[in-house]
Amino acid sequence: MAVAAIGKYEFEPADALEKFHGAQLLYIGWEDHLLFCAPFAFPFPPTMPFRAVVEEVLPGSFGYHPDFARIDWAQAEWFKSGQPWRPDFDKSLAENGLRHKDVIRFRTPGLRGIAGSCS
Amino acid sequence: MDMQVAKKKLGLKEKYQVMTRGLDWEPSYQKKEDIYPYASYEGIKIHDWDKWEDPFRLTMDAYWKYQAEKERKLYAIIDAYAQNNGHLNVTDARYINTVKLFLTGVSPLEYMAHRGFAHAGRAFPGAGPRVACLMQSLDEIRHAQTQIHALSNFNKHYNGLHDFRHMHDRVWYLSVPKSFFDDAVTAGPFEFMVAIGFSFEYVLTNLLFVPFVSGAAYNGDMGTMTFGFSAQSDEARHMTLGLEVIKFILEQDPDNLPIVQRWIDKWTWRGYRVLTLVAMMMDYMLPKRTMSWKEAWEVYFEENGGALFKDLARYGITMPRCAETIALEKDHLSHQAWGTFYNYGAAAAFHTWVPEKEEMDWLAAKYPQSFDKYYRPRLEFWREQAAKGNRFYNKTLPMLCQTCQIPMLFTEPGDPTKICYREVDYQGSKYHFCSDHCKEIFEHEPEKYVQSWLPVHQIYQGSCFPEGTDPSAEGFDPLAAVLQYYHLEFGRDNLDFEGSEDQKNFDLWRGQATKNG
Amino acid sequence: MSTVFIALQANEDTRPIIEAIAADNPQARINEAPAMVKIDAEGRLTVRRASIEDRIGRGFDLQELHINLISLSGNIDETDDELTLSWHA
Repeated sequence: MAVAAIGKYEFEPADALEKFHGAQLLYIGWEDHLLFCAPFAFPFPPTMPFRAVVEEVLPGSFGYHPDFARIDWAQAEWFKSGQPWRPDFDKSLAENGLRHKDVIRFRTPGLRGIAGSCS
Repeated sequence: MDMQVAKKKLGLKEKYQVMTRGLDWEPSYQKKEDIYPYASYEGIKIHDWDKWEDPFRLTMDAYWKYQAEKERKLYAIIDAYAQNNGHLNVTDARYINTVKLFLTGVSPLEYMAHRGFAHAGRAFPGAGPRVACLMQSLDEIRHAQTQIHALSNFNKHYNGLHDFRHMHDRVWYLSVPKSFFDDAVTAGPFEFMVAIGFSFEYVLTNLLFVPFVSGAAYNGDMGTMTFGFSAQSDEARHMTLGLEVIKFILEQDPDNLPIVQRWIDKWTWRGYRVLTLVAMMMDYMLPKRTMSWKEAWEVYFEENGGALFKDLARYGITMPRCAETIALEKDHLSHQAWGTFYNYGAAAAFHTWVPEKEEMDWLAAKYPQSFDKYYRPRLEFWREQAAKGNRFYNKTLPMLCQTCQIPMLFTEPGDPTKICYREVDYQGSKYHFCSDHCKEIFEHEPEKYVQSWLPVHQIYQGSCFPEGTDPSAEGFDPLAAVLQYYHLEFGRDNLDFEGSEDQKNFDLWRGQATKNG
Repeated sequence: MSTVFIALQANEDTRPIIEAIAADNPQARINEAPAMVKIDAEGRLTVRRASIEDRIGRGFDLQELHINLISLSGNIDETDDELTLSWHA
């Protein structure tokens, strides 16, 4: 459907890739850990290795949680747009097929948040 | 009050005729469609504008008389409250944070409502709705002004209220109410009337004003109680206008039904999402509570709204489908919202805290299905960590919903352990949503919502730093720059209530008020 | 039958109005909350000018209700003598 309007109604999207100074947006959520109230939004260069996201960025964002230090990354399950997905840690975001405004989540089996409450 | 009742020359019905239709005229040298260019493009068909009637039959002369009386009462109380340092009688200084949220989040919407009803009134070819919209437009600017006057008294003593208008256009969580109203005023006049006049005023504002304002009274804030109830006395008329609009449009042409139903579905959900802030005010921010958000929802939406939609069934209108989702959220909404502000307490223009033990027990009693299982462990963990000097401040920006602009904090309907993710591909780009309803709203008018000014994305684009900022300079601190852009003073307006300047001042002043120094 | 309601500020202006409503609507339930009174009634509720005038000892214009009105629900019909709230279904 289209907007009911008195004339032509066409506008630029506010969040086109070229507005982010060479970065693209990536959203990352940690399943079963709602102490972090919502998934995070990050601006990353598409050339950034996936490993750098996990090892250099995520500790600053999720490290407050006592479960974070217990994560076994080899066991982590990943999802992209809700579908099972396997990242290659040594490839870049672009090489992993991640595009502007993609959303990924990870689940860490055995870790269910504060007192098992998914917090 | 001692009001003289003048001897009537005309009965109410005749006077209404004379003072509405009687003031209208048929244009002779301009075409009607040139005078009212916005009356038809939304697809709503009106055949006879004279079928419109205001059931209160209020006319401008009576309007001025009663509004003047309301203003006299209101300002007498506000003055007395200020003269008597009434702010020291509130239950505790945490309460004042509700007022901060109200002034920055709601009062600017009153002003936008003033503009919106002035525009809608001008656009309608009928004299009846034009007069009713004129009155409502004047009411709304009165609300903006009285709220600003009443709350300016708090600004003399407490932090975070100093630049509410500037903040409203910039601060991340205020983009939620702002974008809601901007969405409504950029729609056509009929959609605006259904959005604000019906869905917001009739279906939802009782939840904003009645339990919240009654709660203000219960917490000793006579100033807020007074402006709140004074505003609400106009709301009764607004609600009536909202209901009449719906009935009038539906009676005019059967083709109007699907359009109106879609607007009701959209705007009930949009308005409900904005009320997330109210849910959290009621359950977490009022030190003394009158009723829970869930109870208020049950009384004012499920019971009263249920009666309303049953009544409208004769026109073919049905209860908005989102009501089912909302019913599943009512045990969780306020807890998830407050947790979000606790996360981002460093970037809010008010203070946050973990509820005390007795407060948690109250929440557990009001929310037996959810509080102890999902939310108490989270809050207790935060409290323990804060006691150890490790208060949680989330420093990474959240993902936002493209439609309601709220962080993606809502959980799957029926599963409070999973964040609800929805997405759409549109013209080669991805868009994300907190719910099926926000997604459907986008899908119906994607051209509108691709323009959303999402605060998180704008920060990353570099649009939210003070003018002249060089983000490439050595040691650049983006969060500090964003707070400067918001006019939010770090360490004073934000962070935990415990240890805040507000807390210290309130204790000091209250001490002075109750004994000789 | 659905419930209609009217909510008024709790003050000296409204005390006789609430009394009048209670007397004229035996089915009404009066609920007191901080600073306000909410009156619920099944299906229909009528506010009568004459009943209010009997209690305040002066003339009363039903539109004076607006000054202390907080909220209401139902379809409204107002004449010089009565204000009625009702649901059709």
